Amino acid sequence: MRHLLQWLLACCVAGSGAVFAAPDDAEANAVWRQLRTGLFGERAIAAADADTLVLEAPARAEDAAIVPIAVRSRLDPTAARRVQTVWLIVDGNPSPVAATLHFGPASGRADVETRLRIEQYGFVRAIAELDDGSLHMATRFVKASGGCSAPAGKDPAAAAANLGRMRLKVEDMGGALRRAQLMISHPNTSGLAMDQLTRLYPKPHFVRQVTVRYRGQPVLVAEVDFSISENPSFRFLFRGDGEGELEAVVVDTEDRTFQTRVPVAARADGG
Amino acid sequence: MPDGLIRRAVRAGRRLMACAAFAALGPAWGGVALPFDVVEAAPGLFVHTGRHEETSQANRGDIANVGFIVGERCVAVIDTGGSLAIGQALAAAVRRATDRPVCYVINTHMHPDHVFGNAAFAGGAARFVGAASLPEALAARAAHYEAGLAEALGDAAAGSRIVAPDLLVDDRLRLDLGGRALVLQRWPTAHTNNDLTVFDEASGTLWLGDLLFDERIPSVDGSIKGWIAVGARLREQAVSRVIPGHGRIAPPWPAALDAQSRYLQQVAASVRAALAAGKTLRETVDAANPADADGWLLADAYHRRNVTAAYAELEWE
Ligand SMILES: [Zn+2]
Repeated sequence: MRHLLQWLLACCVAGSGAVFAAPDDAEANAVWRQLRTGLFGERAIAAADADTLVLEAPARAEDAAIVPIAVRSRLDPTAARRVQTVWLIVDGNPSPVAATLHFGPASGRADVETRLRIEQYGFVRAIAELDDGSLHMATRFVKASGGCSAPAGKDPAAAAANLGRMRLKVEDMGGALRRAQLMISHPNTSGLAMDQLTRLYPKPHFVRQVTVRYRGQPVLVAEVDFSISENPSFRFLFRGDGEGELEAVVVDTEDRTFQTRVPVAARADGG
Repeated sequence: MPDGLIRRAVRAGRRLMACAAFAALGPAWGGVALPFDVVEAAPGLFVHTGRHEETSQANRGDIANVGFIVGERCVAVIDTGGSLAIGQALAAAVRRATDRPVCYVINTHMHPDHVFGNAAFAGGAARFVGAASLPEALAARAAHYEAGLAEALGDAAAGSRIVAPDLLVDDRLRLDLGGRALVLQRWPTAHTNNDLTVFDEASGTLWLGDLLFDERIPSVDGSIKGWIAVGARLREQAVSRVIPGHGRIAPPWPAALDAQSRYLQQVAASVRAALAAGKTLRETVDAANPADADGWLLADAYHRRNVTAAYAELEWE
């Protein structure tokens, strides 16, 4: 409960124009200290080196409702150390754990781009857990505000009409690794923008799980929430040896399931 | 975190924020004289030109064009400015121009700089008029807009609030001001999903709201494709003058619209080229240069955001 109060406090201080946590103060953030204990207990968390994990985020977001971010690891999945899971956390959001990304054997490298809603100035952080159980964190301070309580869509009627539409595209990168992008048409509503007519908060309705497989082998299993922007987009790597089928299954908070699949041709070099 | 707790916390937080904003109130702002000029652009049609600035304590949200049209029986106000203070200044300008009552307050769309003065006209006989999609759009954004205004204006935001329309336009609506008819037209999603224009038959004036930005850079908060398409339809309207939501009174027509359409088309073309080249949102926005928005004021603040909005829309083509 204490972290809720602290979040609340942060929110109110923000309203009166007080200073936010300074960018070099990533460890001190109260929300993070609570989350850290809840998610990782007393385990040590190292500062990630550039090979293990890089977090890309703009210093200032153009639109707080659609902030592009990426987590990338250069660790080779066939080597002894590989990334199993990445937690993506937005300290200042009402529900700070935006995504938990599990990388399967077909993932190639842990490398995911997506877009976040960011409620207030603060840290975005990515924590990678490796095979050996070690934890590694990368942080970025992002100036953005109002992404969660801002209304989800510019055109709710169009969003409702397109709900569940999906796109799955594969790029041939000329090697064993291929890049794919999954796009899901979904309002991903937070339920945090109050309806002034009814004085009610609309029910949250968002994508909660994304599972991608190649030839039946897990590539990426993502547990996500409304910190992911409207029309969630995930761009990721997979090990696309030979020909096969890439398949995505998406489940939302109303337990609606959406599926799409795309055939993947063998590479020109025969790999 | 459990959702219920989060929402309660958010609600409580908003209440606290609102309290903080109002508790700090000193002397009322009503006593401060506002330089607030209106120009009679056509007989009985008055326009106040907003400044090309972001909303601030200094301008009190006086950044959009607002005005009123006087009939034989009563007056229609069109947009009310970005705070109660601006709405009150507009109400005073109406009283200086005529002793007839205000019977309609028309909002051309949802944006704060066009609606936050509504409260100055509430509680009387005036009906509030907007597109059929306006109430829902305002409801979803009210808390967000009110928090944003409190942050921008501080004490000067006091009393500014969202007043929802009670007379809705599905497609087209004719309002009679006594010997003077206004034709209100709702448009498909363009600048926003609740754009409404007002045509004054007597003077041949088409009040476009933010379907037309002049001088100030257009901001896309609906659909860039929709706006380009609506622009092409607006161009066919037979009018003797137009009033944009921002910029000059009666700018050259259709040259002003063409300049806007060129900008929107240029943004759409550059985003489509980036998509075709496999560029990500991040790469596309980083490559966008406000200098590309040649000649538009406030391009630094809005050009990259427009590119972001265009990308999110056009990637689904
Ligand atoms: Zn506007």
